[in-house]
Amino acid sequence: MTAASRAPAPVVAPRLRGSGRVRPLDALRQTATLAWRSLVSIKHNPLELVDYSITPIMFVFLFTYVFGGQMAGSPEEYLRYALAGVIVQNTLFMTTYTAMSLNTDLTKGVFDRLRSLPIARSAPLFGRIAADLVKQLWAMLLMIALGVALGFRITGGLGGFLGATLMLLIFAAAVSWIAVLIGMLAGDAEKVQVFAFVLIFPITFTSSAFVRVETMPGWLQAWVHLNPVTHLSDAFRGLLLGDASSSSVLWTLAWAAGIVAVFMPLAMRAYRART
Amino acid sequence: MTTAMTYAIRAEALVKRFKETQALAGVDLAARPGTVLGLLGPNGAGKTTAVRIFATLLRPDAGRAEVAGHDVVREPGRVRAVVGLTGQYAAVDEQLTGSENLLLIGRLLGMTRSDARARARELLERFHLADAGARAAKTYSGGMRRRLDLAASLVGRPRVLFLDEPTTGLDPHSRGELWDMLRGLVADGVTALLTTQYLNEADRLADDIVVIDRGKVIAEGTPDQLKSQAGGQVLQLRPVHRADLATAHALITEAAGPKARIEGDEITAPVNDPALMPSVVRRLDQASIAVGELSLRRSSLDEVFLALTGHRTGPDGERPEGGGHRAAGACRWGPGSGRPS
Repeated sequence: MTAASRAPAPVVAPRLRGSGRVRPLDALRQTATLAWRSLVSIKHNPLELVDYSITPIMFVFLFTYVFGGQMAGSPEEYLRYALAGVIVQNTLFMTTYTAMSLNTDLTKGVFDRLRSLPIARSAPLFGRIAADLVKQLWAMLLMIALGVALGFRITGGLGGFLGATLMLLIFAAAVSWIAVLIGMLAGDAEKVQVFAFVLIFPITFTSSAFVRVETMPGWLQAWVHLNPVTHLSDAFRGLLLGDASSSSVLWTLAWAAGIVAVFMPLAMRAYRART
Repeated sequence: MTTAMTYAIRAEALVKRFKETQALAGVDLAARPGTVLGLLGPNGAGKTTAVRIFATLLRPDAGRAEVAGHDVVREPGRVRAVVGLTGQYAAVDEQLTGSENLLLIGRLLGMTRSDARARARELLERFHLADAGARAAKTYSGGMRRRLDLAASLVGRPRVLFLDEPTTGLDPHSRGELWDMLRGLVADGVTALLTTQYLNEADRLADDIVVIDRGKVIAEGTPDQLKSQAGGQVLQLRPVHRADLATAHALITEAAGPKARIEGDEITAPVNDPALMPSVVRRLDQASIAVGELSLRRSSLDEVFLALTGHRTGPDGERPEGGGHRAAGACRWGPGSGRPS
């Protein structure tokens, strides 16, 4: 077959093991490359970052100046309480982007292209989650900066601030697995949005994110005490202010672990089924 | 030389079933290195399923598929290392620029940053996208997107290329450009499997054609062999009086061969000899059949397909379902772009 001899040798010799499997270090590098892919678009469209933060910025102003006086006597006093809640709520809403962008990759055929390459199968998934955690960090820092400008004081010191940041990211990473599952199961990106809204809105408002639990009716308190958003809000607020209860931190971490234990296997299965 | 080395792409008795649909019901096909194999068939015939199996995106339920001598199920990594895939849905990241899309693939393939950049530049140049390289892909026209998609599938210099309806929805100019690019690649020794609904496209590009329908191979051969099998042109006759149909059918069969068929109030027949027309007119005149419409036109894929399936179902070319099927068939040939899900 003369034609065969004309075939050019591939310039890239993908580094595969004997079995053709991807080496762990290469898988990590591919994940980083795919995370870059999800972040580089911000370079062309910096306004994308404002998309992530415009609602929370509005919420910070709204809660501080409109509700603040009635809720806590003064805007500054309520900001001390509610800033954590606004940040937690925004974190949960932002996980929707993970679901939507995965869903878009799936329906637009980008995953087909990626899967036809000799790369680790989970790299596109982990790359996306890593990139979205970077965006989460950005949005959180932006809102804390705004809060500080409006009079919020991080009385928990640097340790409290770093602890709060880390915990928020851990919880966001855990919730990402629910987002992955939704992104894989939803027919299109709009359905993802509706589903997330219906789920996240009630769960954040029936928590201690914006209002003290004691002011709610007893039957509701039972749920609110169970709600992971309550624990996360209390822990995040407590760490920033320096009066965190260890039970709120432990409950948050337990919830994060529980969510990962249940949803990561489900999400991975859905991912493997659809890609 | 073993058989595995003789063919760049090979499938044996490939079977794939989705819930209710039998997407592939035992497909055999093979492509020699450095040639284009056209996989022709209507929507839902199983073309995309076959491509997805070869590109390791789907596992077959039964049968074997090999690419460059590697089994797609046992050695998917090795297969991925030598194939490129480009689909009817341009799988590019719309948020990224053209250049970044190619850079991404290069980096994923393990190229250094500078190698990946150089390769991206080279491909943008080759696909007339150099000026648009710094623009986000979402600003590209359909043709540009498809070219970028093809470029993306070539970053790793694949030896085997799968093109799944690469020109569906493109204007004739963009289609021609893509054809030229594919010809260039094959001249460099790449083997390509091209799926298409357009006979014309398979005719222009493919060295060999496999026609599939409902997951089964119904014909194969070179474009010339297929066309002569199906007839190069189609004669169409509509007598004024339906009562004349049988007589007219007999006359046409006499003149054009046994593939003439009655559909509704029309008779169609694949013909190879353009000089046939005068003799048909003479015969009709002698039999005093009043002609409502008589025409001779080039075969469309539709007719090639009908002629081919006619072979399979019986001497008179009628399917058991009769005329009802033709409507269904015509519908399946429509311009829709659904793919098996």
